[in-house]
Amino acid sequence: MMEQLFKERKEKLHLFKSLRKKRENERKEVPEGLYTKCPKCKELILTSKLKKNMSVCPHCGNHLKITAYERLEMIYDQGKYKELYKSTQRVNPLEFPGYDEKLEFLQQKTGLNEAVVVASGKINGTKVITCVMDSRFLMGSMSSIVGDKITKAIEHATKRKYPLIIFTASGGARMQEGIYSLMQMTKTSSALARHHQAGLLYISYITHPTTGGVTASFASLGDIIIGEPQALIGFAGRRVIESTLKQKLPENFQTTEFMEEQGFVDLIVKRQEMRSTLIRILKMHGKGA
Amino acid sequence: MSLSQVEKEIEKLQKELLDCNQERKKEIESQIKKQEEYYQHLSPYDHVYLARKSTRPNIKDYINHLFDDFIELHGDRLAKDDGSIVGGIGLFNQQPVTIIGHLKGKTLEDNLKCNFGMSSPEGYRKAMRLMKQAEKFKRPIIAFVDTPGAYPGMEAEMHGIGEAIARNLLEMSLLKVPIITIVIGEGGSGGALALSVSDRLVMLENSVYSILSPEGFASILWKDQEGKRVAEAASLMKLTAKDLYERHIIDHIIDEDLKGATVESYEVYRQIKEYLNTNLKELQKLSTSQLINKRYEKYRKIGQVF
Repeated sequence: MMEQLFKERKEKLHLFKSLRKKRENERKEVPEGLYTKCPKCKELILTSKLKKNMSVCPHCGNHLKITAYERLEMIYDQGKYKELYKSTQRVNPLEFPGYDEKLEFLQQKTGLNEAVVVASGKINGTKVITCVMDSRFLMGSMSSIVGDKITKAIEHATKRKYPLIIFTASGGARMQEGIYSLMQMTKTSSALARHHQAGLLYISYITHPTTGGVTASFASLGDIIIGEPQALIGFAGRRVIESTLKQKLPENFQTTEFMEEQGFVDLIVKRQEMRSTLIRILKMHGKGA
Repeated sequence: MSLSQVEKEIEKLQKELLDCNQERKKEIESQIKKQEEYYQHLSPYDHVYLARKSTRPNIKDYINHLFDDFIELHGDRLAKDDGSIVGGIGLFNQQPVTIIGHLKGKTLEDNLKCNFGMSSPEGYRKAMRLMKQAEKFKRPIIAFVDTPGAYPGMEAEMHGIGEAIARNLLEMSLLKVPIITIVIGEGGSGGALALSVSDRLVMLENSVYSILSPEGFASILWKDQEGKRVAEAASLMKLTAKDLYERHIIDHIIDEDLKGATVESYEVYRQIKEYLNTNLKELQKLSTSQLINKRYEKYRKIGQVF
């Protein structure tokens, strides 16, 4: 009986690993398509050219979504970093039907273990802890593991006196984890309070889209809050607000530019200037920041 | 069958009772009794129904029954006074405390003034101002939660509702005075959280605490717009006091009357008084760093994996 179980598990693991390998190979050898269509201006862009341009549309300047790993490569020295807390463990605290399977499927499909990747590495020689949320994983929603990884990262940065950067991208709460999702807002914010008290630098970097519980916790708590151009930043969803007010909202409502005008974003930075801006800010905060 | 239907049925029978003969009276009374058995087995959605009932005591009733000499204080010192949050100072057993909480009205007119308990950024900032004031004068903070959620409005977004909630979470985790939060009705999402980073989180038996309303939950997960699956959502969400106590999210449950708390539920007030008395004493024995560290650990372990 047990032997059978182990055998099955082994086979599953094997399948999983081979799938993963296959995907990695695909990534290297076959480009996703020669051309990519910009979702905003609908222009066709040579994919290789788009990648060279950091996935910013050369025609309209639209910042296309990039993966957490692509982002990390762009900011760290020589694109090198160490990923932390990589465990593929899954939790289903409310025993929500179908949730385990969904997580397993997404882990295989995206190669991510959850909606956030934590990394440690150097930016212009300064050691920095970075968390990057990835919206390919259940819209970057906040789960226990997302909250836990970010909290661990903050605690680690506090202990070692490192500056911290969090790139946010989130649809908000992870419905399937209910109250556990909500409580991650308190957990992450409390950890940031300690990082703050230790006199350390925290940069919150808003990418598209950042909403709900993430906006109402760590995304809004940076010493410096940077926004990517035209990224969505808000608490309540646009449709919810429109149905409450029974009126149309301004076109640029809840964009980073709009929120900069309102006084809630420090600066908007183009992706091409992301690394150099981070370097300039880090420099002014000393080694330990 | 749901509790709202049962209550309508009982009401109908009680009306009939006023005008009938002896024989029929007995019959109706036994029917009422039978209907009332339903209260022994409430579903999660029935708790939601009770938590939202307008006959429940609101923060003003609790202030009247638990504290002496309450003085209400207004405004966030930045933009305005948000009527959905009541705050002020008062005496609990002769000891000065700061009292803060959501206000839900009992009539439409009241509700228009307090926006049905849905706060804007100014409300959370007013709460923060009063909490900082409490810290300065070393007063414990007693918070009451009763909100469907933060207000989803255009101005609320423009004035940084996300930032206001986030700021409260961060600042409350560092406050040097004891904080006890009591959920008296609806504990809805970030709007509830912004007043509940605490050393003790308590819920009334029929109150609920959740990431969003069961209606919103069903609509997001299943595109259910007509409310067909709301009861099912309420069951899956684990939002009742009992569920959350079993999961160590909350610390204590205050028992209510069989049919839910009303303004005359003196036993509810008595239990809260007793709980506050014991727990304030306990918390005030701790040093500041013990208090803050314990508060941190309390939230650190929720959903801890690593």
